[in-house]
Amino acid sequence: METVGTILQWLIFLGMAFTSILASVLLITRKNPIHSALFLVLNFLCVAVIYLLLYSQFIAIIQVLVYAGAIVMLIVFVIMLLDLEEELRSRLKLFYSKVIGSALAVLFLFGLIYGLVATSPTGKTGGYTAEKMSANVKAVGEALFTQYLFPFEVVSILLVAAIIGAVILSKKKLS
Amino acid sequence: MTIPPVPPAFYLVLSGILFTIGVIGALTRRNAIVVFMCIELMLNSVNLSFITFSRFLQSIEGVLFAFFVIAVAAAEASVGLAIFVMLYRSRETINVDEVNLLKW
Repeated sequence: METVGTILQWLIFLGMAFTSILASVLLITRKNPIHSALFLVLNFLCVAVIYLLLYSQFIAIIQVLVYAGAIVMLIVFVIMLLDLEEELRSRLKLFYSKVIGSALAVLFLFGLIYGLVATSPTGKTGGYTAEKMSANVKAVGEALFTQYLFPFEVVSILLVAAIIGAVILSKKKLS
Repeated sequence: MTIPPVPPAFYLVLSGILFTIGVIGALTRRNAIVVFMCIELMLNSVNLSFITFSRFLQSIEGVLFAFFVIAVAAAEASVGLAIFVMLYRSRETINVDEVNLLKW
């Protein structure tokens, strides 16, 4: 019975991983920004399923609500507000700069993978075992409202500042 | 023959690949909104890395930090998109190559 669970876990992980990588590659190559936004939603949903595989249901739901729900909706609204023409055809100079930038980013990825494979990830194992984390919202709430209360309040101030900033920045000047 | 569950290295490699694709998109594209979407992709991949370590090192701090990253990304999205709207109103373009008044 356990092998069925692990086989399913592998299948879901591989499916979601390939779908998210495919969606992100298509995101950076589409000309139409609405298509890019839709592939961004697909990527967020695939990563939310991977969060469920990692037994963090709280962050999976928050990801779907906030990232895929609110942020992408904001992006789509702004794309629809602005009348965007297509990007210009890239000249050769721009093409070389794209190739060099992509090569540097892939070099960074190789460095990451080397750092992952060379030494095993060390770290002190904490106390939140899998059983305690199975009541995920309760465990997050316990830590968030007792030990990390100050960052939580600071984040709320940050959100108020962002709301005020967004309102002031989009006001039309009556001049 | 028992198959082991998915090791954490796979999740971290996926996070690295998504981050790299986000970097390539942010460096390559000229549309400011697509650059912003690639920044959100990068933040998302870092969140995945945090949650992976939270599960495999049995700590709650990874989950909390991912929560704060999501909150800050939401705040940054609202202000950033308001800036794009203002930029479009004054310059009629959103191409990052044409917003170059500070260049020498």
